[in-house]
Amino acid sequence: MAETITPVKEAAVENIRLRHHFATPAQQMDAATLGMWTFLITEVLFFGGMFASYAVYRNLYLGAFASTSEYMNVVLGGTNTAVLICSSLTMVLAVRAAQLSNRRHTMLFLVLTMIFGTAFLVIKGVEYHAKWVEHLVPGFNFHYPIPQFQQHAQILFFLYFMMTGMHALHMIVGLGLLTYLLVQAYRRVFNANYFAPVEMIGLYWHFVDIVWIFLFPLLYLIGHRK
Amino acid sequence: MSAGLLHVHIPKVRTLVLVWLALICLTGLTTGASYVDLGWMNIVVALLIAVSKASLVAWIFMGVRNTTTLTKLFVVAGLVWLGIMILITFSDYSSRTWTYQAQPWATNPAGGTSR
Repeated sequence: MAETITPVKEAAVENIRLRHHFATPAQQMDAATLGMWTFLITEVLFFGGMFASYAVYRNLYLGAFASTSEYMNVVLGGTNTAVLICSSLTMVLAVRAAQLSNRRHTMLFLVLTMIFGTAFLVIKGVEYHAKWVEHLVPGFNFHYPIPQFQQHAQILFFLYFMMTGMHALHMIVGLGLLTYLLVQAYRRVFNANYFAPVEMIGLYWHFVDIVWIFLFPLLYLIGHRK
Repeated sequence: MSAGLLHVHIPKVRTLVLVWLALICLTGLTTGASYVDLGWMNIVVALLIAVSKASLVAWIFMGVRNTTTLTKLFVVAGLVWLGIMILITFSDYSSRTWTYQAQPWATNPAGGTSR
């Protein structure tokens, strides 16, 4: 892409943190975005493997899988979906504030994102606890109320804990990254010319939201007819 | 609108809030639809809504609409790889129980294998 290279007057701009192998801040930003998306594609394939195995087993044991929707808490799952969507909004607002050199709003929206993220994990913890109490933890503690589905329903709950567990782990990593961003924002690192970390971690956060957008209907809603 | 040297597109707050509202509405819609018995269409509706939500998040929140063509190509390539993985996995599992049946053209009256 043809691009005019504007000479940067060092004294006139805020800290741009341009690495020496990039010609312009815009080129540096494009490279960062492409690299982040490449990483996210590996993440798509990582979660995609689990989604594919879910699809295979659901096709094999449709009756057992459909019956498990009965034991998923739709209210808590739906609330968590809404909580994550809210956290995505606050995340994108934090990126926007950083792009506008608004340090106060960047920090405010980062904190809000972390509050929503923590709320998600707390609700998830409540659900995990309920699964333990209801003897729905595969391997350790599994007694399915419908005897003929004992084996096959266990596969679904194994997938449930694996997929939501990996998703929750990504949320925990995300909260760590957000803490790093908050410290950096506090130290006045970000401004209109340098906000790549906020935007890249934002991409990661939204990706984790997208994973949940697929997990919610597949685990909680499919086969849920009353 | 851009504020710095990067000449990035800064989204309007209004756009972002509208997308958020759409995502919340779609969550309500998919939950509601799951209580209606649509037979095999239930999973189709659920997945269509999920794909719409994911597209909104990617296109607006993740700013794919403002990225370079190369980045867009990478995003699409990722989805193609995912499609290949799911397609080949299913072709494997759906054909595992197939048994071999000799076809008329595969047998040779004179014995041996015909080419």
